Amino acid sequence: MNQVIEIKNLSKWFDDFQVLKDINLNVKKGEKIVICGPSGSGKSTLIRCVNRLEVHQEGSVRVNGIELTDNVEVIESTRKVVGMVFQHFNLFPHLTILENLTLAPMWAKKLNKNEALEIANKYLDIVQIADQAHKYPGQLSGGQKQRVAIARSLCLKPEIMLFDEPTSALDPEMVKEVLDVMTKLAEEGMTMICVTHEMGFAKQVADRMVFMDEGKIVEESSPEEFFNNPKSERTKKFLNQILH
Amino acid sequence: MNFLKSEKNREYLWQVLFTLSIIAFFTFILRNTQSALDKQGIASGFSFLSQEAGFEIGESIIDFFSDDTYQLALLSGFLNTVKVAFIGNILALALGFIVGVTSLSDNYLVAKLSKFYVESIRNIPLILQLFFWYSIFTEVFPSVRSALNPIGGVYLSNRGLYLVSFSDHWFFNILPLIGILSVVAFFFFKKRSIKSLERTGVARKIFLPTLLFFILVSFALWLVAGLPRELSWPTLAGFNFEGGVHLSPEFSSLLIGLVLYTSAFNAEIVRAGILSVDHGQWEAASSLGLNKNQTLSLIVIPQALRVAIPPLISQVLNLTKNSSLAVAIGYPDFVSVANTSLNITGQAVELVLLIMLVYLSISLSTSLVMNIYNRSVTLKER
Ligand SMILES: Nc1ncnc2c1ncn2[C@@H]1O[C@H](COP(=O)(O)OP(=O)(O)O)[C@@H](O)[C@H]1O
Ligand SMILES: [Mg+2]
Repeated sequence: MNQVIEIKNLSKWFDDFQVLKDINLNVKKGEKIVICGPSGSGKSTLIRCVNRLEVHQEGSVRVNGIELTDNVEVIESTRKVVGMVFQHFNLFPHLTILENLTLAPMWAKKLNKNEALEIANKYLDIVQIADQAHKYPGQLSGGQKQRVAIARSLCLKPEIMLFDEPTSALDPEMVKEVLDVMTKLAEEGMTMICVTHEMGFAKQVADRMVFMDEGKIVEESSPEEFFNNPKSERTKKFLNQILH
Repeated sequence: MNFLKSEKNREYLWQVLFTLSIIAFFTFILRNTQSALDKQGIASGFSFLSQEAGFEIGESIIDFFSDDTYQLALLSGFLNTVKVAFIGNILALALGFIVGVTSLSDNYLVAKLSKFYVESIRNIPLILQLFFWYSIFTEVFPSVRSALNPIGGVYLSNRGLYLVSFSDHWFFNILPLIGILSVVAFFFFKKRSIKSLERTGVARKIFLPTLLFFILVSFALWLVAGLPRELSWPTLAGFNFEGGVHLSPEFSSLLIGLVLYTSAFNAEIVRAGILSVDHGQWEAASSLGLNKNQTLSLIVIPQALRVAIPPLISQVLNLTKNSSLAVAIGYPDFVSVANTSLNITGQAVELVLLIMLVYLSISLSTSLVMNIYNRSVTLKER
């Protein structure tokens, strides 16, 4: 049993509207899952249930064997091991890049300033943005912002990373620099769930593909099978639309 | 007529016409007033300022007696305005901040109470509130002899509020000065920290050295002063208290009224500022394991204040201008003193001009200071 994420019979409603319908998904340590599917199919909601940004009504979500409930301590300690990268970066605009990175280590992990700075500088180097450390987010390009956002999550040394369409708010020429960082992270053995429509990235990195439609997992298979031999009609149609 | 076809020229033309008509209007009024005053034998000009005022002022920061000049009377009124506006704004901002934040609390009762406070206070005219507080002091509170004493050192009576205070030793009198010096020191340490951050990547501490500065300087001077530690307690002497700090019923009720009224508006501004912060900021902060209070104080409030500062500036000015309602409850602010002077001397044009000038300069200097602060916290964008 080395499942780090176990999602069982998960259902979620926004008022009367059922967004997630009986989802089952397990993720092993070091596995990379790519989730795709049409807009509004519930992909974001699903991964947001993993760090409890969304609260589910039925079923269970376990991270490292611990079930997510309303218990604030469980939620906060889960969030320290589950990093999340958003479509719109959500950097803190009033703080410098360096302060964006040191904030959580200092306040959530109670590291002292020098330890936090050491970690921050290390990850700024890794995402190749060290020269911008004292600028503000507003002074950076989209690609740079997203790399900072990834570095910010990594500063907490998470075991799992969630990506919610990290490249879809970017200009095309900046997509690659972000995907390169993600690929490097994958190669280093990070457990990852990525919601993305970058199929090149998926083919290269994914251990498993998950296709969602209307709140359900429609297809779950290896990338070879998913791209060459999709089973369901809806998957075929979707792949046709985004690959051509 | 090509001249009038241009949009720009037409705008200019309207502006020129508008300005001319305003000038014409004021010249007309001024002329009329002047000739009316001339008929009554009132000389124009500001020479009356150095004449003896001949009236008393209820309370004054500087010494003022009825045989002092109008000049001194107006200065005394001006200082009273500054006093109530300065203390009032600090309290109104602090209270507004607390109520604004709590109105968004997860606790249903707390949030509802804050909203109730804001709605009820905002919707009652300020002047009624002033009358209400003033009547509490004059009608409800007992006479000095049976003054209420809710906690040690605080006495409430129809003569106002008496508080225990530091004795009249020079050390206690220069304490505020040390406070101001510490603010200067704060900015010095902040600059040093930013410089060091840019050069070495390590920010230096700001608050700790400022606090140390304040404590060390105060302590050193306290030693030099010979360790003064006497307090001045209000004690009953005849028909009044002696010692301590005295806040008159007029000042107290004006202060309470202005603070409560303005704090309700400030609270709404702070609340709107917090709501204006993108939801993604909350999500990013909590996904990094920050708890709710940390998210609020480190991420949301700093951004909310940036949005809130411009409208808060106009509330600061509002409180200052509203302090002229003092005349209704007999607090001798600038307008009230100017009004009395006007009734005696009849120098209407000069005194109205003075009032306008004083309020204009208070407003302009307040917004200057606040705008400098605002600029220093505005987000840096490309
Ligand atoms: N906070 C919310 N309140 C109500 N409905 C929501 C909320 N968030 C998402 N939804 C709805 O849930 C559905 C799934 O949303 P989402 O998970 O964001 O889809 P995806 O990420 O696949 O595009 C959409 O129909 C969306 O409108
Ligand atoms: Mg989405």
